[in-house]
Amino acid sequence: MRVANRLVPLLLVVAALMYLRAPFMIHAAPLESVMGVVQKIFYFHVPSAMMTFLAAFVCGIASATYLWNRNKFADHVAVSAAELAVVFGLIVLVTGPLWARKAWGVWWQWDVRLTMTLVMWMIFVAYLLLRRFGGPGSEILAAAVGVFGTALVPFVYVSVNYWRTIHPNTNVLRTLQPEMAEPFRWAILAFLMFFTALLIVRIRLEASRAVLEEAYALLED
Amino acid sequence: MRCWKIDVKRIVRGVVMGAALVVAMAATVMAQTPQDGFVPVTDATRENLPATPLVYIAYGFVWVALMAYVFLLWQRVGRVERDLAIVNAKLAQRR
Repeated sequence: MRVANRLVPLLLVVAALMYLRAPFMIHAAPLESVMGVVQKIFYFHVPSAMMTFLAAFVCGIASATYLWNRNKFADHVAVSAAELAVVFGLIVLVTGPLWARKAWGVWWQWDVRLTMTLVMWMIFVAYLLLRRFGGPGSEILAAAVGVFGTALVPFVYVSVNYWRTIHPNTNVLRTLQPEMAEPFRWAILAFLMFFTALLIVRIRLEASRAVLEEAYALLED
Repeated sequence: MRCWKIDVKRIVRGVVMGAALVVAMAATVMAQTPQDGFVPVTDATRENLPATPLVYIAYGFVWVALMAYVFLLWQRVGRVERDLAIVNAKLAQRR
């Protein structure tokens, strides 16, 4: 706990500094030949999507663990990760249309990648709503929803390679030019630090809530 | 025999009217200023939909969303810790 106390402010400060530096690096990166300036949204759209996937995986693994052995810590991790999946997913769903408006001429296209991402995001919103309003015992049903939402992640990822879509495919990341790869890696690292700090704080909040509920129960006895 | 003559007249009339329509349309098209090629843009830096504001909005949204979440999280942590301190104090009084 003491390590986390020191780690969280450090991660937040370093991530904030990296976020401030990122625009200068992104500005210095070369323009993409077809899309031009608007392609620069890529440098925070894709890291946000990566964090959404990571959050979904953490939620799925923690939910499966909770379903297996009813471990309370796993439940705290699952609900925290689901909330982060919604936050980073929202960033993906807002920055994506801003890019699409210029690149494709439309804000939204009901193609497989976009639609599946929206559905996955809505599953994690449903998870949070279930936890908030589901009442006692809803954590078991929510855990099943979390596992279901996580199962969608691989499909969302490979959807651009297997179905006809106007969304760039996964080869874009592998074939990235070094001048573009550097700010991209920088942005991923900044997002990852921010994500880790938020996850630690959110898990601690959930643990404190559980202690508070127990304390209330003791008070009522 | 008479019916056949009437049909021919109708056909001839139809063909004449159709031809007149085609000539009129062709004349209208030819009356327009012909375009010999693509018209170059005089101001190359100006676009119909500038991309830079979209990039700024996207980057700004990332900041606003993350900062708003941090703020809300900070408030929730503060509220829970405050409640926990109150409940613990009540429990201590009871003991």
